[in-house]
Amino acid sequence: MKEGYREVDISSNTEIAKDIFELKVQLESNDSLGDPGQFYMFRSWDFDPLLSRPFSICNIEGNVVTFLYKIVGRGTNYLSKLKPKDKLKVLGPLGNGFNLNVNGKAALISGGIGIPPMIYLAKKLSTEIYFYAGFTNEVYYMDYVQKYVNKIYITTEDGSTGQKGFITDIFRPEKYDVVFTCGPSPMMKKVVEKCENMIPVFVSMESIMACGMGACLGCSIKTKSGMKRVCKEGPVFEGREVFFDD
Amino acid sequence: MIDTKVKIAGVEFKNPVIAASGTFGFGREFLEYFPISKLGGLSTKGLTLREREGNKGVRIHETIGGIMNSIGLQNPGIDAFIVEELPFLNSQDTVIIANVSGNTIEEYVISVEKLNQTEIDMIELNISCPNVKEGGISFGTKAEIASNVVTQVRKVCQKPLIVKLSPSAENIVEMAESCVEAGADALSLVNTFPALAIDISKKKAIFDNITAGLSGPCIKPIALRMVYEVSKAVDVPVIGIGGIMDYRDVIEYIMAGAWAVQVGTANFINPNACAEIIEGIEEYLQKEGISTLEEIRGII
Repeated sequence: MKEGYREVDISSNTEIAKDIFELKVQLESNDSLGDPGQFYMFRSWDFDPLLSRPFSICNIEGNVVTFLYKIVGRGTNYLSKLKPKDKLKVLGPLGNGFNLNVNGKAALISGGIGIPPMIYLAKKLSTEIYFYAGFTNEVYYMDYVQKYVNKIYITTEDGSTGQKGFITDIFRPEKYDVVFTCGPSPMMKKVVEKCENMIPVFVSMESIMACGMGACLGCSIKTKSGMKRVCKEGPVFEGREVFFDD
Repeated sequence: MIDTKVKIAGVEFKNPVIAASGTFGFGREFLEYFPISKLGGLSTKGLTLREREGNKGVRIHETIGGIMNSIGLQNPGIDAFIVEELPFLNSQDTVIIANVSGNTIEEYVISVEKLNQTEIDMIELNISCPNVKEGGISFGTKAEIASNVVTQVRKVCQKPLIVKLSPSAENIVEMAESCVEAGADALSLVNTFPALAIDISKKKAIFDNITAGLSGPCIKPIALRMVYEVSKAVDVPVIGIGGIMDYRDVIEYIMAGAWAVQVGTANFINPNACAEIIEGIEEYLQKEGISTLEEIRGII
């Protein structure tokens, strides 16, 4: 039997770039706290907002799980006000994560707030890793990820760090044996298109969800093998299985 | 000794808490969190004769005190349900209610005929889904149209029949009376409220279908009033639905005249919501020295 929502202590909640926060929580569990690509639902409120908010695992060290989030609405705004020792209700880990059993050169491509699962993936993969990260302007977490990867490629939309433009502009699929990506849907679609049918490409999909555990069907997406729930069958799918435009 | 049992159309529920259709799948996801045999009953995801993919575009949108949804009856179809889901559901010690939708009266009739051959405990006729273009709510607004669907289904239905009413009915009491006259053994009310949300940056409606169904605590006072009015007017059991988040809401519905309730949106907020509500009801009755729900049913 899985645990439902459990109340945990916040270890830290720090703004690391404009509107981007790093949240660390202390969890207790006899089971795995999660794999790369899995996520947790959060709530630090009763019924307002009504729904919980999903966040991907960015890192796990001992019993401390790290998440990154961007302030986009009321829920994330409430979260940003939380201080160490404040309580948070969490449900998870949820969903199916990335396949870690890969060989050869791996490209990890993230854009925007799609970066957290890629960071934990970089840490957990035991192969050659080339990390591509696209930011709007401020760059964060690259110092941390450096020790786990062979090379980092950075783009910023304003050109303040790395190359100016989108990360998909500089990604060269022919150099890799496997590709993982997480970020805005148009970015992931571009990555899958660039990979054509040459190499396996795994995408971590995002969708508005209510329950996070497979009941509401709010996050269902169309795939080549029928409708699939991002929260339950996903969030990770084989890139060519997904219809990005439906 | 506390007794929370309730009998509706000859079917005994161990307690008055039923997981609402569309919010509980076919039970499997929740079984990971609590034994679903604790439930009084479970109403399945809305079933249609043929498989449906559901609606495109945004499917969930949060509002103050509520959720709007436009899932669009994504389901595997009646035949696949009977083969793939029903054996599991029947293995659980709780009342299983098949929630049935259709585009046409014929589809309702064929679906019910198929379910007659199974061990399903009850049928809940959904004439009130706001998120499908044909059928659904169009059967649930005018009493004479609803009456016709219920009459045709009643002719073939060999199971106890619940009819689920829409809050969009022109007159909820008249609608309830028509459905009972046409053969409903019980009524469940209400389904979600048709509602609208607009994205002002894109200058268009949030949902592809423009409107979507609103549920959650914001609808409770209106749903409760409808349950109160209908339960005074009909002599079949009424099952209250709408914004039940904890045991206190259930007690309100029972006091307004409901025999049982369906819990929906709360399942999305907390997978253990139904189990906690059941415990809360027992504790309340204990504390208040009430031994059966009948003592407080319809006291308002």
